[in-house]
Amino acid sequence: MGSSSADGARLPPSRAGSRLCVRCGERKAALKRPKTLEQICRECFYIVFEDEIHQTIVDNTLFKAGERVAIGASGGKDSTVLAYVISELNRRHNYGLDLFLLSVDEGITGYRDDSLETVKRNEIQYGLPLKIVSYKDLYGWTMDDIVKAIGLKNNCTFCGVFRRQALDRGAALLKADKIVTGHNADDIAETVLLNILRGDIARLSRCTFITTGEDGPIPRCKPFKYTYEKEIVIYPFWTTFPQNVIPGIYSPNAYRGFAREFIKDLERMRPRSILDIIKSGENFRISTTTRMPEQGTCERCGYISSQKLCKACVLLDGLNRGLPKLGIGRTKAGPGAERNTSRLQGKHGNFDF
Amino acid sequence: MAAASACGGAGCGPHCSSSSGSAAGAEEDAPAERMARLSIATGAATTCGKCDGGAPTVAASGGAGMCRECFRAHLFGKFKLAVTSNAMVRPTDAVLLALSGGPASRVALQFIHAMQSKAIQSWETSNSQALPAFGVGVAFVDESVVLARPEHETQTATEDIKSIVSSLSPGDKQVHVAPLEDVFSSGSEDKVARLKEVVGMIDDETGRDDFIRCLRMLSLQKIALENGYTKIMLGTCASGIACHVLSATVKGQGYSLPADVQYVDTRWEVPVVLPLHDCLAQELSLLCELDSLKMQQLLDRPCRGINSLVASFVSRLREENPSREHTILRTAQKLKPFSFNKFSANGYHDFLPSRLRPKFQNVDTNESTFSEILCLICGSPFSESELQNLENTKHKAQKKIDLYTAHCCQSCHFQILPSATDTYGQFFSLLPKFWTEKVDTASASSLRDQIEDYLLEDDDEN
Repeated sequence: MGSSSADGARLPPSRAGSRLCVRCGERKAALKRPKTLEQICRECFYIVFEDEIHQTIVDNTLFKAGERVAIGASGGKDSTVLAYVISELNRRHNYGLDLFLLSVDEGITGYRDDSLETVKRNEIQYGLPLKIVSYKDLYGWTMDDIVKAIGLKNNCTFCGVFRRQALDRGAALLKADKIVTGHNADDIAETVLLNILRGDIARLSRCTFITTGEDGPIPRCKPFKYTYEKEIVIYPFWTTFPQNVIPGIYSPNAYRGFAREFIKDLERMRPRSILDIIKSGENFRISTTTRMPEQGTCERCGYISSQKLCKACVLLDGLNRGLPKLGIGRTKAGPGAERNTSRLQGKHGNFDF
Repeated sequence: MAAASACGGAGCGPHCSSSSGSAAGAEEDAPAERMARLSIATGAATTCGKCDGGAPTVAASGGAGMCRECFRAHLFGKFKLAVTSNAMVRPTDAVLLALSGGPASRVALQFIHAMQSKAIQSWETSNSQALPAFGVGVAFVDESVVLARPEHETQTATEDIKSIVSSLSPGDKQVHVAPLEDVFSSGSEDKVARLKEVVGMIDDETGRDDFIRCLRMLSLQKIALENGYTKIMLGTCASGIACHVLSATVKGQGYSLPADVQYVDTRWEVPVVLPLHDCLAQELSLLCELDSLKMQQLLDRPCRGINSLVASFVSRLREENPSREHTILRTAQKLKPFSFNKFSANGYHDFLPSRLRPKFQNVDTNESTFSEILCLICGSPFSESELQNLENTKHKAQKKIDLYTAHCCQSCHFQILPSATDTYGQFFSLLPKFWTEKVDTASASSLRDQIEDYLLEDDDEN
């Protein structure tokens, strides 16, 4: 998907021909900027791309000097570009951040090899320390072990639940103050739509926050909140970035697919509609009397949870006690609900808590 | 899940699915094979799921079917509930029904006629004759100029509409046919040319579509005001509202969205009511088919641009899960409505039975009266940033054009105002006076404010 969206936006410089960049008026325009459709030159593209992210960081005071910030690095395009841009801006504007890359290794033989390779390359290229936390470190179990214990059925439940917490647990383990993730404007617009489609008013109110979990131990923020996916794809085009970024894997959920396709169609028709969706999401008048599901924390690990124990702790408990089926299947919520929530998580796990 | 599929098919409305416990919405992902679709049953099916008699005419695969009478009663029930529980129509009202000729407004006409006949009947039989029966009129806005439709087609269509309305008795219903260009009332200039010019100045396809929609509302308001109607009834149904929820979100109108999805909207001079708020388009067209209600499909106006993209997206979602439109509607209804989304005039609810009155009166505790600033063109209430912008402009604006521009919401600013700023003057001069006058009066008062400030300073110096 990454490559196909790039094809639409990338204009070969020759086609732009004699046109001058509308921003500097000096150099030849090299591309049509996906966000505004302005024809600009390569240099200006880098300037506006980085400046907008810097502005987002400053306007929302995402960081304080001296903070230790974990960059969630999956090896995909978003997190690769994020790592580069954040470290660059940190240097240029003296944020004074102690940055490091944080990757999660599920411990599935062969599965993460490629993406961890990419992340390791990033470590060398940007001079950022890389920390890989494995399920083994965090939970005491690798996915391979879990599969051995419970078989091929149901193991996705474990992986999904564990992955959602892995970044937080890993960041805590490494004493980070903040996590940044590579969620881009398209992702957020998609989440807004999905939350409307499933009537989830609580998530609808939260999903456009640039920083989430501020009352928790480690807040998460999204510096790419206003950055278009297409621009993230264009960004590494002229640089020495690793070109073999791993395309995201999408869950086959029907309406998530529809929503993504819909957003792509919209963008073609009116590029600013992605920003408009985010703006709508920010401005929704959500009544203060709306009943929100209570958010507590897990008694054991402190992670946000609506129950006494979070799902990961319940599953882990089962594994450690030799009852791996505990927490799977029929609980209070029923199997139907279980299946659906996992289907709805899609590409990013839940990126809206 | 069985409840969900029955509900999806029979469309029991938002109340049904919430009572079945699927509040999270996520649980509504019924597997494809269970998906209930509305259709007219062909084979010999079982009995009606409601009255146990007669073969079901409306089949909802997976759920129980309904016979025609029950189906009609079911939809009429929703209509009536919306009317009564929101105090939409008072006995003294004259209701102007906007008829497009499509299934939704056609059913609305049928239903409001049924209610009116009942009211007339009870008025005739009652001894005191205390509560008069409300009046009903029908408006049809002729948009043939902007749609470039041949005149004879429009002619036949309006004839059809007149014959449809005249076939409904008792209750004399007047039909008002107004060409869209009539919104430019004053002056003797060529209205058609003016309409064409102003629409032609809008570059964005979606913007043009929305602009015409705004003109349509203005035209209805005008008909209502000129003919003494006190309510405007629209046939907007749940499916239409679901589309609007998404398209408003996509256009960045998240703030003003809740204003458009309620049962009642009093921000216009003549309040607007949406009694078909809980009925799906599919149900309504099925009813038209079953009852062979005569429609006028010639006048179908296909939506364009983003609006049509959203419509096709929603229809895909519906195929995947028939109750998706209700879910979207439910999401939007959780957003906070505006103060103008209910009737709050003094004594408005006096006609209601005393048992219902407290429900409305409790709400009326000294909440600030209508104070929102509305977009000049589309009537959306202003969000905080838009208000901020307006304030700033008021302080430094020298030209009226700047004020006009600041009185447009950000969405209209982008999609309706022409892209070249130097044509703004021309554009605003072409707009219906009704819109620009509001700003004129508002700016006049702000001018006075400025003078007052100046005078005070003088006083201080003295």
